[in-house]
Amino acid sequence: MDIPRSWRLRNQRYLLEGNACTSCDKKHFPPVLVCSECKSRDLRPFTFSGKGKLYSYSTVYQAPGQFEAFVPYIVALVDLEEGPRITTQLTDISPDEVRIGMPVEKVIRKISEEGERGLILYGYKFRPPVD
Amino acid sequence: MREVAIVGIGQTPVEEHWDISLRELAAKAVLNAMDDAGAEDVDALYVGNMLSGILTNQENLGALIAECVGLSGIEAVKIEAACGSAAAAFRQAVLGVASGMIDSAVAVGVEKLTEMSGRATTHGLATASDGDYEMAIGLSFVAINALLMRRYMHEYGWEKNDFAPFVINAHRNAAHNPNAMFQNQINQEQYNLAKVVADPINLLDSSPIGDGAAAVLVVPAEDADKYDGQVITVAACEIGTDTIALDNREDPLWLKGVERSTAKAFRTAGVRHQDIDLFEVHDAFSIITALSLEACGFAEKGQALRMANDESIGLKGKLPLTTMGGLKGRGHPVGATGLYQIVEAATQLRGDAPDALQIDAPNCVMAQNIGGSGANVITSILKRRD
Ligand SMILES: [Zn+2]
Repeated sequence: MDIPRSWRLRNQRYLLEGNACTSCDKKHFPPVLVCSECKSRDLRPFTFSGKGKLYSYSTVYQAPGQFEAFVPYIVALVDLEEGPRITTQLTDISPDEVRIGMPVEKVIRKISEEGERGLILYGYKFRPPVD
Repeated sequence: MREVAIVGIGQTPVEEHWDISLRELAAKAVLNAMDDAGAEDVDALYVGNMLSGILTNQENLGALIAECVGLSGIEAVKIEAACGSAAAAFRQAVLGVASGMIDSAVAVGVEKLTEMSGRATTHGLATASDGDYEMAIGLSFVAINALLMRRYMHEYGWEKNDFAPFVINAHRNAAHNPNAMFQNQINQEQYNLAKVVADPINLLDSSPIGDGAAAVLVVPAEDADKYDGQVITVAACEIGTDTIALDNREDPLWLKGVERSTAKAFRTAGVRHQDIDLFEVHDAFSIITALSLEACGFAEKGQALRMANDESIGLKGKLPLTTMGGLKGRGHPVGATGLYQIVEAATQLRGDAPDALQIDAPNCVMAQNIGGSGANVITSILKRRD
């Protein structure tokens, strides 16, 4: 398991922290070094609300290695309220209830684990809003 | 810049080559191409490959393959652009020869995907996506394409069945190509019943993995007659890129990398859409065929499935697609695929395709190889020499 990667990405995975361009205000997730809109390199950290709408989804039946134990699971593209689109898993919903355009919100869940004694990876997933 | 010509082509069948090593596969294709050209040596070797490090614990393929074919000492490096590696290696060979810095080069694409378990291979293929934000959270390469297909069907109102003719056409052609992995035709019913991998993508929407190698030898056009092989002109080979992750694209259903690469290639070759006699499209997934046709400008946005019929894409159609089976039927040894496409396009121009597959006297053909889901796109245009 690549522990440094998980440590490095903690603010993205737990807080949904991206960045915002100080010159054109475009919001980025994941954070970027150069603004894709205006090429500015002056960006400040920006934490997303975690609210969004479903752009697309797929139920995965054949998964890469460490995700085999989780099949079937749902992956999705979500349009965040603040602009960017994010790749994620859906949770707390069955495949036949999922609809493109439905509102969803961020929640922190287990993403994968490496066997009984291995590292457990947590991060964002999205679910239908609870309130 | 010098005009560049292909004077030799070679390939191995795409199969599960359990008894042949990566180096032997590559060497066979290189030697076939050199024999076809009647060449005893070349100045440079460019090896397209994606996964040799992960799946066969072997890197440094340039020196390795050069040594295997008795050319140790020449310039030789590996080029990587995920599933676009082979055409990227071809581009390198073309650049070198066109510039005048080298006088002959072999580009070979090689991949061995059956060395380890299917699990390891799925993991390896997923490395074409964004490691931090796609792969690390459970997206297989198939799932990424499934997200595109679902949205496409939603936005334009197509049914899953509507994609079937692309797949049926590819398999029908593969059945006549002795180098293809699949020799069986399929029908609509089989397509409907195929096992779902990542909804809505089923097994028949996705190209099969396999082992294989394909190679071409390129030289300056002015030297081409010194070689034995029938000469094909390289009218263009151009690269365009896009963001690696789908989520960073303004409109994921518009493959900007395809648009950029195609526009550059058309400009370089001085051709228009109506000049293209056949198109070896990168049909890794049915949805990619549709999105490519649109971003290339062969179909309106959202309307590529209107071309999913024999009159449009069959061997006698307006724009024959995947004439030797495509990735779907010939198989998709990822880092070798781009050179299979180029070898097949050259074979059609030479008039050497199997009788059942030969297009009537093509003059200008197009091959497009894509690395990742539209991230790195290499478009080649080949012409019959005047
Ligand atoms: Zn900006």
